[in-house]
Amino acid sequence: MPPDTTLAAPVALLPQDATLAVRTARRQRRERWLTHFWLLLGVLVFALPIWITLVGSTHDASTIGRGDVPLLPGTHGLENYAAAFATGGSGRFRASPAGLMLWNSALMAMLIATGKIAISLLSAYAVVFFSFPGRMLAFWTIFLTLMLPVEVRIIPTYQVIVDLDLFNPMAGLTIPLIASATATLLFRQFFLTIPDEYVEAAKIDGAGPLRFFRDILLPLSVTNIAALFVILFIYGWNQYLWPLLVVNDRSLETIVVGLAKMIGSGDAQNEWNVIMATAVLALLPPVLVVVLMQRWFVKGLTETEK
Amino acid sequence: MASLELTGIQKAFGATQVLHGIDLAVAEGEMIVIVGASGCGKSTLLRIVAGLETPSQGSVRIAGREVTGLEPADRDIAMVFQNYALYPHMSVFQNMAYGLKIRGTPKAEITRRVGEAAELLGIAALLERRPRQLSGGQRQRVAMGRAIVRQPKLFLFDEPLSNLDAKLRVQMRAEIRRLQRRLGVTSLFVTHDQTEAMTLGDRLVVMHAGHAAQVATPMEIWARPADTYVAGFIGSPAMNFLEGVLVEGGRAVLLRAGPVLHFADGPRAGPDGQRLIIGIRPEHMRRDPEAGLGLALDLVEPLGSETVLHGRLPGGEALTAKLHGAVPAAGGALRLAIPAAELHVFDAASGRRLDAGP
Repeated sequence: MPPDTTLAAPVALLPQDATLAVRTARRQRRERWLTHFWLLLGVLVFALPIWITLVGSTHDASTIGRGDVPLLPGTHGLENYAAAFATGGSGRFRASPAGLMLWNSALMAMLIATGKIAISLLSAYAVVFFSFPGRMLAFWTIFLTLMLPVEVRIIPTYQVIVDLDLFNPMAGLTIPLIASATATLLFRQFFLTIPDEYVEAAKIDGAGPLRFFRDILLPLSVTNIAALFVILFIYGWNQYLWPLLVVNDRSLETIVVGLAKMIGSGDAQNEWNVIMATAVLALLPPVLVVVLMQRWFVKGLTETEK
Repeated sequence: MASLELTGIQKAFGATQVLHGIDLAVAEGEMIVIVGASGCGKSTLLRIVAGLETPSQGSVRIAGREVTGLEPADRDIAMVFQNYALYPHMSVFQNMAYGLKIRGTPKAEITRRVGEAAELLGIAALLERRPRQLSGGQRQRVAMGRAIVRQPKLFLFDEPLSNLDAKLRVQMRAEIRRLQRRLGVTSLFVTHDQTEAMTLGDRLVVMHAGHAAQVATPMEIWARPADTYVAGFIGSPAMNFLEGVLVEGGRAVLLRAGPVLHFADGPRAGPDGQRLIIGIRPEHMRRDPEAGLGLALDLVEPLGSETVLHGRLPGGEALTAKLHGAVPAAGGALRLAIPAAELHVFDAASGRRLDAGP
């Protein structure tokens, strides 16, 4: 117990005030315990599954196959991860090596994040800083697409991709996911907070629109770009439905889809140890991105450089 | 040749006419202060000169060159903004050098010019800092420096002192004036502060509702305001206005408050009975225990060397007087005389100044 809640002997409190003080101290102590209880419970609920996955990936297939849920690490970690990374396991089910899938996922997430940021920066720039006929129409059209997530427009999008002959590698996988209303809106909101005087000072300095964009707007947006990159990278990484639909080539399989495919249905025998190792591997890159960019990420969400 | 020439500048935003035809000729090296209440169009006028707005009508000439259709960057001007508009991600040096860099000035030349300007403004030690790390006064200097390194034909100042605290404002005001004299660059300075206007300007443009109400030297504007608006705007406390009518063939005015005052400088042209507004500055009021007007005091503000008195005349009109020294406000009444030599006579209908006939 923290020592500061124990009440020092009151110097000259009235009797009824002393009772109040004691009561207050008790209440504060109670609240502290309660808070920590809920926090610990929350940690447990979120961390336990990850722990079980982590532990499960270090046992052999038969331990897990028996139905035990081990809570302590086993000794087969290295071979499980090696199997997952290199071959995807030896089971009867179609599995691709995690190494390849990780690479595919990373490339896809990277392309989606950078593509989205590039497109939305430019469209927000146009909508905020230029007045042209149909500006508001353009803005509202972008805004409306917010209501049409990939799942809703998946059949027409599929048709378009097939017609455009993009039913192949990364282009078909990423392009439909790149057009982004959310990022455009966020950049628009940020650009609106940039004082007009910067624009005017730049005009007087002789900076043209592209120069202003490159020299002033882009450096000012760095923290926002970093924050969005984190969010969008994870968004891209977690894509399931669209890659499932548009990728037939096993060499292009992404890890989220591949992971799901490793789990067979019915009474098939799953290599849970390898599956869990793959799951841990799938978890790592997004965690890495968040950890590495955390400082920028928080900065971008909380403060603006002005 | 005038350094800046504005001819018939008009500006309308949609149906709202903001400027109603401004004409102005500014001589080489002159400091013109555009002063007026907010919404009078003074900033719009400056932005039209800068090229940030396009006039609906009229033309702008800078150093004899027609620039009405040109981009701000091509007008050979520099502007100091109210919020300084320093690029937050650039160092002081980069901020000052940016305009030159875009123009393709050689590196050595940029370094030299920025160095000189920084020296002149006493910010040479701050060149590597970011704007965020500077105080208000230092930012102000950097903004000035950014304007100076361009060596423009014309400086434009858009209320550059209004974000500073009172003491710094007085200091920077004097500094801007000295600098402008020293560099001899024609300048246009917009402010709503009459003290700034009076102390900075070689000439003032008093703007009112999109018109230039008066263009003259500060003392001329103070001594002979062109209309009641200018008279009330310049001077603190503001000039008193009393109603009256012209009598005795134009030689005197009969005040609503009672007395007849004879004009010291000669008769005004106009029929007897014409309604007038008589202006008298608070500092020109004199105590006169015998013959003066009775002023029922309702507020006394002692300022140390002076005392400002607010009260009402017998007719109910409000009057403010500024008297030297401490004034005992015993009894809440005071008798004050209006010196005939200090009267400003305005036509009640038009508000225009009426001078003594020839």
